[in-house]
Amino acid sequence: MKTRIIVFPGSNCDHDAMNSVKDVMHNADTEFIWHKDESIGKNVDLVILPGGFSYGDYLRTGAIARFSPVMKDVIRFANDGGTVIGICNGFQVLCESGLLPGVLIRNEALKFRCKWVNLRSENTDTIFTNSLLPGEVIKIPIAHGEGLYMADPHVIDELEANKQVVFRYSSESGEIVTEANPNGSVNNIAGIINKEGNVMGMMPHPERACEAILGSADGRKIFSSLMRHFEFAKSGKMAAV
Amino acid sequence: MHYHVYIATERKEAILDPQGKATHHALDSLGLSQVEDVRIGKFIRLAVDADSKEKAQSIAEESSKKLLANPIMETFRVIEIKESAK
Repeated sequence: MKTRIIVFPGSNCDHDAMNSVKDVMHNADTEFIWHKDESIGKNVDLVILPGGFSYGDYLRTGAIARFSPVMKDVIRFANDGGTVIGICNGFQVLCESGLLPGVLIRNEALKFRCKWVNLRSENTDTIFTNSLLPGEVIKIPIAHGEGLYMADPHVIDELEANKQVVFRYSSESGEIVTEANPNGSVNNIAGIINKEGNVMGMMPHPERACEAILGSADGRKIFSSLMRHFEFAKSGKMAAV
Repeated sequence: MHYHVYIATERKEAILDPQGKATHHALDSLGLSQVEDVRIGKFIRLAVDADSKEKAQSIAEESSKKLLANPIMETFRVIEIKESAK
């Protein structure tokens, strides 16, 4: 799986993503791309927009990164059907770019939330989630001040109707309750996918949860889903990852 | 000509404004209970080199549409345009 991780000034989860995808998941072809590069290269399978505080979150989170030179090619890649995952700040960049609908604003409680959360898998029929079972609850950390997902009510209705909500904050047993919502997101939304199914954004950090020694290895399921998808696409055989 | 263009961005009414809400509570606890609501936006000054005031206005509007305001959650207004020395 030819994977490229975009590095913006202020990205701070780029190395976590590299470590998880390259070293833990043994996906050899994984490289960084500096935001000033104008191209992500040819035949790329996956682009990761990592977490962090690109451009210091100035103006609005993700607003300046969206105009980094490399983003023109990332947007072209996504519009051509290329697979893009945005994690935390990467999700904010995807919303600012218009690749995903809606916006992420300041947490309802005005506090930076850094904690483990439970996510219920709402749509496992995607290239990002095919290793998960429907309704499966996974334990992944969050670390953000601006993670309240919202959009116009008709956009939310459309997301729900199209099963574009991929993850929701839930209790350990999978109940979608207010107490499990760390930031006030509408309908406990933690991650969404675009209508075409090739761009996903999520506030929680799967790349920080790929080894049991770190508290959870559930994040691997997202990267293994992608690896299975691309292996299958290339060999016609479903790989066991 | 050089102009200073002042732009205000505001969150749309339907968008939660937790900062405004917290500030409202603080004003209330200071005894300023006549303040019924607080919404917090941004105030931006652009220094613009343009042939005319109208041109400066249109550059400010384009800047706002493309970057300064996110139309999903914010509106913007050009509040004032002043000629400046440089």
